[in-house]
Amino acid sequence: MIPLLLIIPLVFALLSVLLPRLPIKAIAIPGLVLQLIASIQLSVHTYKHGASDYALGSWEAPLGIALHANGFTVTLLTLTAFIAIVCAVYALIYLKRYEHEQRYFWPLFWFLLASLNGIWLSGDLFNLYVGLELLTFSAVGMVALTANKASLQAAIRYLFAALLGSLGYLAGVALLYGQYGTLAIQEIALIGTSDAPTQVALALMTVGLLMKTAIFPLHYWLPPAHGGALAPVSALLSALVVKASFYILAVLWLQLAPDAISPAAAQVLGALGAGAILWGSWCAFRQPDIKMLVAYSTVAQLGYLMFVFPLSIGTNAAAAELAWQGTVLHLLAHAFAKSAMFLSVGTLVLAIGHQGIKDLAGVSHRVPLALFAFGLSAVSLMGLPPSGGFNAKWLLLQSALSSGQWWWFIFILGGGLLTAAYIFRVFSVSFIEEARHKFAPTHWLLDVSALTLAAAAILLGFVSQWPLTLMELVPGVRS
Amino acid sequence: MTLWLEAFNTDFWYAIVGAVLLVLALGAFITSRQLIKKLLAFNIMGSGVFLIMVGLAQYQHGPDSVPQALVLTGIVVAVAATALALVLIRKFVLKGGQP
Repeated sequence: MIPLLLIIPLVFALLSVLLPRLPIKAIAIPGLVLQLIASIQLSVHTYKHGASDYALGSWEAPLGIALHANGFTVTLLTLTAFIAIVCAVYALIYLKRYEHEQRYFWPLFWFLLASLNGIWLSGDLFNLYVGLELLTFSAVGMVALTANKASLQAAIRYLFAALLGSLGYLAGVALLYGQYGTLAIQEIALIGTSDAPTQVALALMTVGLLMKTAIFPLHYWLPPAHGGALAPVSALLSALVVKASFYILAVLWLQLAPDAISPAAAQVLGALGAGAILWGSWCAFRQPDIKMLVAYSTVAQLGYLMFVFPLSIGTNAAAAELAWQGTVLHLLAHAFAKSAMFLSVGTLVLAIGHQGIKDLAGVSHRVPLALFAFGLSAVSLMGLPPSGGFNAKWLLLQSALSSGQWWWFIFILGGGLLTAAYIFRVFSVSFIEEARHKFAPTHWLLDVSALTLAAAAILLGFVSQWPLTLMELVPGVRS
Repeated sequence: MTLWLEAFNTDFWYAIVGAVLLVLALGAFITSRQLIKKLLAFNIMGSGVFLIMVGLAQYQHGPDSVPQALVLTGIVVAVAATALALVLIRKFVLKGGQP
């Protein structure tokens, strides 16, 4: 089952590159259904039998590529497959007006999925590097799809930032291999010490990954890239792509070398997260453009992911477990809510023909379903009950109390209020009766796909136990 | 003094030179505003990392095929990255952007 998750997207990617006359769009949905089934089956298998390994082509590590599936990775695989299928349905309709772009969209889309699955499944540091690079290439290609001056500039900026980040990561890999003579994460976790080369390696890798995750103050490349891309692309980038480098960061800090990391360093990462929440929310509040508002909201929401480090390093076991669970839920809830938000905003912009927030006047009458999807996803982003976002913040708050770190309590609560502030800017305009522009009719499937993702973000609040039960099967992550 | 110098065998010098290249090119990458210069700096940084990767591993563990295989993969990735960047920069300049 494990190799299928790489083979399916790669086969479809090659098909859509090599045989462009094939009805690429028509075969995309069956392929995605296959991928979803495969990841659900792997989840069920992991739930019943625990973590599993697979050596590609029977070549064992270190020369072969070892794949590893545990409770956390199957959750991410299923999340990826689900969001991909909804975004693909949206893209089928949305890209009809982009004749030239959609020829390139589908191959890049499949390569993006293949590299995401590769990252989730990879068990060694170097394959994670290769996965990160492939992810960057397909994501940059997708940002540059419309090939106008602004999107090319955003893509170049994104590419340079990402390349710098992955070189930092690779330099760390070089130092770790020089030190331990192995790249397998589980092996280094066993023999790792906290000597100077390990610390330098971790510092280099951390800075590189923070750059790729767009954590404040290294977030400068994200808003133009995510805000300027086509709607389904923005949804995929904000929901999944930035989470991949965060996943690697979490594996490094919590699994690879938990002893090499000082609580002070963890506090620094937490402070960056707090800075991201404040700065991202402030910028989102000031944006005149609705897509840029949602992009800056991503900068702010990524900040919450950083709280896992101060809350779980150098604290008690109960706080660490709560922090980890809250972070995983936040990752899932933000993925659903932010993709729903980008898709619904895409529909709104399509209907109005303008991107300014002041142009949104009248949408509550004319495009009510898209606005409703926007509202539902906003509920989860603000952390109002009942939603996945609420449960995530609740767990993080409890962890902050349990570890006695009241300062993070303030930022977690305050972040929700700041989110409300910039979201209500959108609502205050959209309920104005008089429209400034004529509205174009939009396809009903666009609304359905945005609503599906928004509903998933809300429903996560009721079924939070599912991912958390799977998560308890993760060996190695401190809980 | 001589003992101390003997510890610095050729492999170790590779790693040191790699580190120096990495730092110099990082400076150039951050300070230069021209896109092509940035791309060149990225390539030199990559070479620095590869030198560290092979040199350090051989210094610690003797001749080893794994880092060489890794560097080979790394070079392929760097070439692909350079090609992608060149295409994007060319398109950007054709649309009237500053190179």
